[in-house]
Amino acid sequence: MFGFLTDASWSPYIAGAGIGVLSCLALVLADRPLGCSTAFVKARGLIGMLISADRTKKMEYYQEIVPQVDWAFMIIPGIIIGAFLSSFLSGTFHIVWVPALWASVFGGSVVLRIVVALAGGILLGFGARWAGGCTSGHGISGSIQLSLASMITAACFFAGGIAVAMLLYRVIGVL
Amino acid sequence: MLGLFTGIFFGFLLQKGGATDYGVIEGQLLLTNFTVLKLMLSAVIVGMVLLQLLKHCGYANSHAAHGTLGSNVIGGLIFGAGFALLGYCPGTVAGAVGTGALDALIGGMLGMLIGAGLFADFYPALKTRILTSGPFPAVTVPEFLNLNTWVVILVLEAGMIGFLLLLEYAGL
Repeated sequence: MFGFLTDASWSPYIAGAGIGVLSCLALVLADRPLGCSTAFVKARGLIGMLISADRTKKMEYYQEIVPQVDWAFMIIPGIIIGAFLSSFLSGTFHIVWVPALWASVFGGSVVLRIVVALAGGILLGFGARWAGGCTSGHGISGSIQLSLASMITAACFFAGGIAVAMLLYRVIGVL
Repeated sequence: MLGLFTGIFFGFLLQKGGATDYGVIEGQLLLTNFTVLKLMLSAVIVGMVLLQLLKHCGYANSHAAHGTLGSNVIGGLIFGAGFALLGYCPGTVAGAVGTGALDALIGGMLGMLIGAGLFADFYPALKTRILTSGPFPAVTVPEFLNLNTWVVILVLEAGMIGFLLLLEYAGL
């Protein structure tokens, strides 16, 4: 009866529909969009509080997004647990340093992959806060609220993403 | 606790939907694998109608905010560059960590913490100049088009479903 839980993957239409329902539930039950990038601000603020509480408290951004362990923060540990459960149940959990697609073009160097991933992560964190949300906050929760800004932002995520991915794999990767 | 459980369901669905895999996300940006778009559009197709019904019955409030060219377009493009280099987004990077991807943990999540911290440093300077420049003419699409909300939803739903059918028809 619960065999579907151990399937390696579901149709993206089914999983997507579930995410659509979940995004609505978040707006109804928690009265906030299902977003993920706020959590990184809160986590970074909490680290800042450990290093220098005075300096962190004085920063304007952390006065607007208060560093605390709350609903928005707990989403991230939740996602890690949820994805672990899903991959563990289906037997697809495995430790990987370099993704297969990356290795097929740029080789198996862990250092190169981590350096590029780190640069990507910095741009992603910076850009998400600049734009005020991420793929789920703007792309899904914003779009279902018919937000003009969110739909434009989501289009820019993909426009920028497609341009850089093509540059990486179709230009740099074939040199 | 509610946040944790929401996250668990979200992570589970992202993993089952294939979106925690580097190859799937990068494949979407290279336009060779359309799983991410199928997942996102299905979420929006279901969520858009459901949320409007919930709002109609008074169960949900609107959180749509006014956007600007300076914030949403520039921020969106910076995000996009990071999205392609990392191969995960802020939610799926956590999901990928859950499936054992260490580039998502050491590179992605650490990088995001650094990026969010940098933004907090630059925020006072950015706020008064770039983030507020070029405001969009309306908050929601129905306001922008000056059309009834349900008419807009009907057109968008038809467009998204049509696009997904087209993808399937094209064998993508």
